[in-house]
Amino acid sequence: MITLRGVRLAFSGRTVLDGVDLTLPEARIGVVGANGSGKSTFARLLNGLVLPDEGSVEVDGLDTRRDGPAVRRRVGFVFTDPDAQIVMPTVAEDVALGLRRSPDSAPVRAARVTATLQRVGLVGFDDQPAHQLSGGEKQLLALASVLVADPAVLVCDEPTTLLDLRNTRRVVDLLLDLPQQLVLVTHDLDTLAGFDRVLVFDRGRVVADDAPDAALAAYRSLVG
Amino acid sequence: MSPRLPSPGLYAPGSSVLHRAPAGIKLAGLAALLTVLVVREDLVAVVAGALLALVGYALARVGARVALAQVWPLRWFVLVLVAVQLWLAGPQRAVVTAGGLVVAVALAGLVTVTTRVSAMLAAFTRALGPLRRLGVDPERVALVLALAVRAVAVVSDLAREVREAHAARGLPPDPRTYAAPLVVRTLRQADALGEALAARGLDD
Repeated sequence: MITLRGVRLAFSGRTVLDGVDLTLPEARIGVVGANGSGKSTFARLLNGLVLPDEGSVEVDGLDTRRDGPAVRRRVGFVFTDPDAQIVMPTVAEDVALGLRRSPDSAPVRAARVTATLQRVGLVGFDDQPAHQLSGGEKQLLALASVLVADPAVLVCDEPTTLLDLRNTRRVVDLLLDLPQQLVLVTHDLDTLAGFDRVLVFDRGRVVADDAPDAALAAYRSLVG
Repeated sequence: MSPRLPSPGLYAPGSSVLHRAPAGIKLAGLAALLTVLVVREDLVAVVAGALLALVGYALARVGARVALAQVWPLRWFVLVLVAVQLWLAGPQRAVVTAGGLVVAVALAGLVTVTTRVSAMLAAFTRALGPLRRLGVDPERVALVLALAVRAVAVVSDLAREVREAHAARGLPPDPRTYAAPLVVRTLRQADALGEALAARGLDD
């Protein structure tokens, strides 16, 4: 379960998040809002990439400030631009990097890499140069690189923004099929239809927090 | 017009004898050859190194384009280096200095195109193992070295994108308008990489 208490955060004197209090036990949580509304910063808080100036963020009882490395092992993060996330030159190497500190033996790690590539539909891509994949394949690789470590929570910050319709569908179907708790920041409102809960951010605050229909209606009226 | 070549330093999958050779031996061999090139600093060493590199690429069976891609980014630098050396030290010195540089990069490229980064990482980790008792973290050092190898290809791709953006806008080649976006994009890429490593728990 994710808990935020009295979270406030400012960058260069500009308040980015203010008075955010949330308890998130649901399996599928959507996050929407205009550009600059604070939703990406909210996502980064959950993984400990950003720490609050005031208040606290906890994931399953682990505080992002006090237990940063443990939180990051528990919370996988998928960025908008997969190029920013891919570190190693080939597909299998990039996925295997997530197991760098794993106590598993080399054959077990290799099996986990193969199984994860299979899970995201990248079978046979092991030795392909990672940065020469298509946009959709890169995002699937970024997802595989996170999933191989088997996180309990997956936070995705607009993972389909750079993708065409077919690849968007591919990534979304995969995300919706995962057993992990999912926090999805997106501008693709249709994706959120089956979600348990949707948060609407505006100027650093949660202005609507409801089931998808009601929350998205509030968002649409906010946008005008 | 530049030929469209693969990025330098990228692993080229294969099953040649060089691909199958242990990463540690290839890296040690490279270190030994580079030491000879630097210590001897003569034409014989450069020619021998060049022949060795040619035989190596032939054995690796990665193709001429992959081989050329390793040294092509050096072309302007080599031209300037040759001009300066011709002016300051004469033709033989120019050939030895510029040739030595090209041979060294070609040999290093031969190792990177035939060795998976993960294998290099494992070799570095093993080699640095004894330093653990001095407080050195071999995994961290190996990751930094692996990222440095990867950075060659990343910066090369960024440079190509900046060049193409200039060409698309019909701008003439100008180091001032070329350097600024390249530096900015490289720094942004470094920031993004740092954030990605942290997000994947690789910063602890």
